[in-house]
Amino acid sequence: MQATLEALTEEMARDPAIFVLGEGIGKRGGNFRTTAGLYERYGPLRLCDTPICERGFVGLACGAAMAGARPVVDFMFVDFVLDALGEIFNQIAKVQYMSGGRLRMPVLLRGCIGVGHSAATHHSGSYHPLFAHIPGLRVAVPSNPADAKGLLRHALRGHDPVVFLEHRELLGVKGPVPEGDWEIPFGRAAVVRPGKDVTVVALSLMVRHALAACAALEKEGISVELIDPRTVAPLDVDTVLASVRKTGRLLIVDEAFGPFGLGSEIAAQVAERGLDQLDAPIRRLHGAHAPTPYSPPLEAAVAPTAKTVERAIRDLLED
Amino acid sequence: MNGRDSSRALDLYRRMLLIRRCEEQLARGHQRGLIHGACHTYVGQEAVAAGVCAQLGAEDVVFSTHRGHGHALAKGVPPRELFAELLGRATGCSRGRGGSMHLFAPEVGLMGTSGIVGPCILQAAGAAYTFKLRADGRVAVAFFGDGAVNNGAFHEGLNMASIWKLPVVFVCENNQFATEVPFSYSAGNPDVASRGAAYGLPGVAVDGNDVLAVDVAAEEAVRRAREGGGPTLLECRTYRTRPHSEGMPDFTYRTREEVEEWKARCPLARLRVKLLEGGTPRNWRRSRRKSRGPSRTPRSSPRKVPGPTRPPRPRTSTRSRGSCPRRPSAPLARSRSCRPPSRR
Ligand SMILES: Cc1ncc(C[n+]2csc(CCOP(=O)(O)OP(=O)(O)O)c2C)c(N)n1
Ligand SMILES: [Mg+2]
Repeated sequence: MQATLEALTEEMARDPAIFVLGEGIGKRGGNFRTTAGLYERYGPLRLCDTPICERGFVGLACGAAMAGARPVVDFMFVDFVLDALGEIFNQIAKVQYMSGGRLRMPVLLRGCIGVGHSAATHHSGSYHPLFAHIPGLRVAVPSNPADAKGLLRHALRGHDPVVFLEHRELLGVKGPVPEGDWEIPFGRAAVVRPGKDVTVVALSLMVRHALAACAALEKEGISVELIDPRTVAPLDVDTVLASVRKTGRLLIVDEAFGPFGLGSEIAAQVAERGLDQLDAPIRRLHGAHAPTPYSPPLEAAVAPTAKTVERAIRDLLED
Repeated sequence: MNGRDSSRALDLYRRMLLIRRCEEQLARGHQRGLIHGACHTYVGQEAVAAGVCAQLGAEDVVFSTHRGHGHALAKGVPPRELFAELLGRATGCSRGRGGSMHLFAPEVGLMGTSGIVGPCILQAAGAAYTFKLRADGRVAVAFFGDGAVNNGAFHEGLNMASIWKLPVVFVCENNQFATEVPFSYSAGNPDVASRGAAYGLPGVAVDGNDVLAVDVAAEEAVRRAREGGGPTLLECRTYRTRPHSEGMPDFTYRTREEVEEWKARCPLARLRVKLLEGGTPRNWRRSRRKSRGPSRTPRSSPRKVPGPTRPPRPRTSTRSRGSCPRRPSAPLARSRSCRPPSRR
């Protein structure tokens, strides 16, 4: 979170066209401290507190971008921005194409995703597959502070609309962040950990769970290659394929719902381009296809954990 | 009418005539199968686009609806580009990707027409936000129908524009029907202008078939926006005299008599009468040359629009030039209404 705040602060200083829209992002500094200290520096026009009208201010951001500004929409939880899907899918995603590129759409839509804190079903969604389905949108889902900063900075310098989703349980995570003016281009997966027995693709918080599983399995001499796509649109399948060529086995882990999701997409592309490289059927591990429950034990049962990831890897090795 | 007034009125007349002529040609093109998909014409409502856009500078921007040909022309999209777009050609203002409902010409301030009812209100507020951020004195306009005022975008957009005092004018073209649904049925409060008060902004109702009245009301609204006074809601009461969309039945939900009644209130005919009252057609030729407005009504029919006749291809790099589709031999009725005053 601090990492993305740094990126936003620096980019706002660099580019006067950037302004932020959202509920409580002004004086309050954001529900998740995403804009802490910016109001004092940039004032109410560039840190614009909105009424509770998600569709309204997302639609407004679209028009503002068409007229040459660079709006950042801070929507807190992705669940809230579902009220604005029409503006995102029908307008923001399509304007560049429909205008033959004469209008640009540098809108950054950012907020939290993910199960945790007994937040229950209206504050726990992970809807990145929905956004990734739509042509014209870019979707970043970082898993660590350095990636978050580099991807956010890249988003703030491009022409395209970006949906930037951070897992709520990752906001407080610490990690090294390089100094200086660097960015991470979209569509390049990170090989988080090299390995030779099995390939695991994991996203967002699932990268941490997978890392824990890898560490446990390593003790038994099982070598896992862990890949973090970092952006799901564009999606870097080449890196996954290169890994599968080595390991012959693939597991995809994502907290979002399974049907028509990240697992299906990667599995389909790998099957299309590298079926002969596979020694076992591709496996997917997703969040339960159900509304997210409140009660802690129920909540813990619906999302993948380090334990369930570990078990899935073992199962895959037995195939 | 004095000389200055009459030359302004002539300018407005020309804008309206351009729209009327183009729409009639496009309607014919649709009947002949040259124009595909839905085609919502603006016939009967010309005074609104003409009157409002006459108050805008080239740097001001317009966001419009599915019924947007008139707004596009009034804002300065060359008729050729509009026609080419509807014919599905790469030379169209949206390069053939948009068609009737998705016209884009940002170079003249037409930021887009839309197949979805409502978003233009929010987008105009957004453009106005950018203008306010830059303090550059530009103004944004949203055109929308009566159908949009019962949509959440209207409520959210007007409220945001009001609290942030954005330089935007909301122009509701109340033509009394949304497709076939009467506004009197769908509106809890059918007095659109009065809804402005609900958001703390001025609401003004105007006879949308009187271009001079629209011109005056728009002048004030645009001035208010430009001077930092915030948004205005302008309700222009009007009527479309063609079906909702070309080829749709028209007398299932309204009567022939009602349509005829409104045809008699044709905004072009009304202005013509006013112009001729002064009996000063002598300065017309001169003022025509000086006029800043669109100076020519298109004589071309859709088939005469030059440019590639093949549809644009994805990632095309070469242009294809072929012959135009041949005109069918069936004679087409020429419109009798609203000839330009300069023609005998
Ligand atoms: C959000 C949305 N719902 C429904 C439609 C289908 N639709 C197209 S035009 C129209 C009527 C619009 O009426 P109005 O806003 O009064 O404009 P008019 O056609 O009278 O100019 C409807 C319902 C749509 N385009 N968008
Ligand atoms: Mg209507």
